Amino acid sequence: MANTQAMCTSFKVDLLNAVHAFNGTGVPAHTASTADTFKAALYTTSGSLGASTTAYSSTNEVSGTGYTAGGVTVTFGTAPASSGTTAYLTPSASISFSNVTLSTAFDAVLIYNSTQSNKAVSVHTFGSQTVTAGTFTLTMPTNDSSTGLIRLA
Amino acid sequence: MIVTTTKGEMDDSLLDKREGSDETDSETISFTEYWLNGEMVHRSVHVTLKRNVFSEGITQMIG
Repeated sequence: MANTQAMCTSFKVDLLNAVHAFNGTGVPAHTASTADTFKAALYTTSGSLGASTTAYSSTNEVSGTGYTAGGVTVTFGTAPASSGTTAYLTPSASISFSNVTLSTAFDAVLIYNSTQSNKAVSVHTFGSQTVTAGTFTLTMPTNDSSTGLIRLA
Repeated sequence: MIVTTTKGEMDDSLLDKREGSDETDSETISFTEYWLNGEMVHRSVHVTLKRNVFSEGITQMIG
């Protein structure tokens, strides 16, 4: 046996659970066993969301009949897990916008933490779409270490 | 089957139904449209994410 330099896999899972606080600045006050509320908002093709996005903004968010600004709640019913050296997390239910009319083409969804000052989590893009008096459903990938929506390896 | 449309709820037998799909490495998209006299009155879309490109970026940054 030999010692091996590595980031511990358990630490990656802990990151997804906000266990560690290396610096007091910006550390949210979490209550044990109480999860934050995460939401998903849709953005038009005119948006410029990406890795530099830090928080939810209504700029370039879709609008239309049946759509509420800020989007819908995302369900994380399954706790972060790991396999091998990868920690992963995926919403446990599809994200659905029912009975909406979104006439301006949209191609991105922002997942953000509405409990923690709307801080951004991730941006996911797809082919440009419109919806007319219908439903837009975003089904999640398989929750595992290779396809999970949020993965740390 | 009753379909919600821009004209209100309608029986699908009165409408022209069009379906389609597209698949890429990262997603599968399927849509259902209903048309009435040349006007689209309903469009629903279902996107299935297969693999997330953004999460791969995180993987590379932290790994």
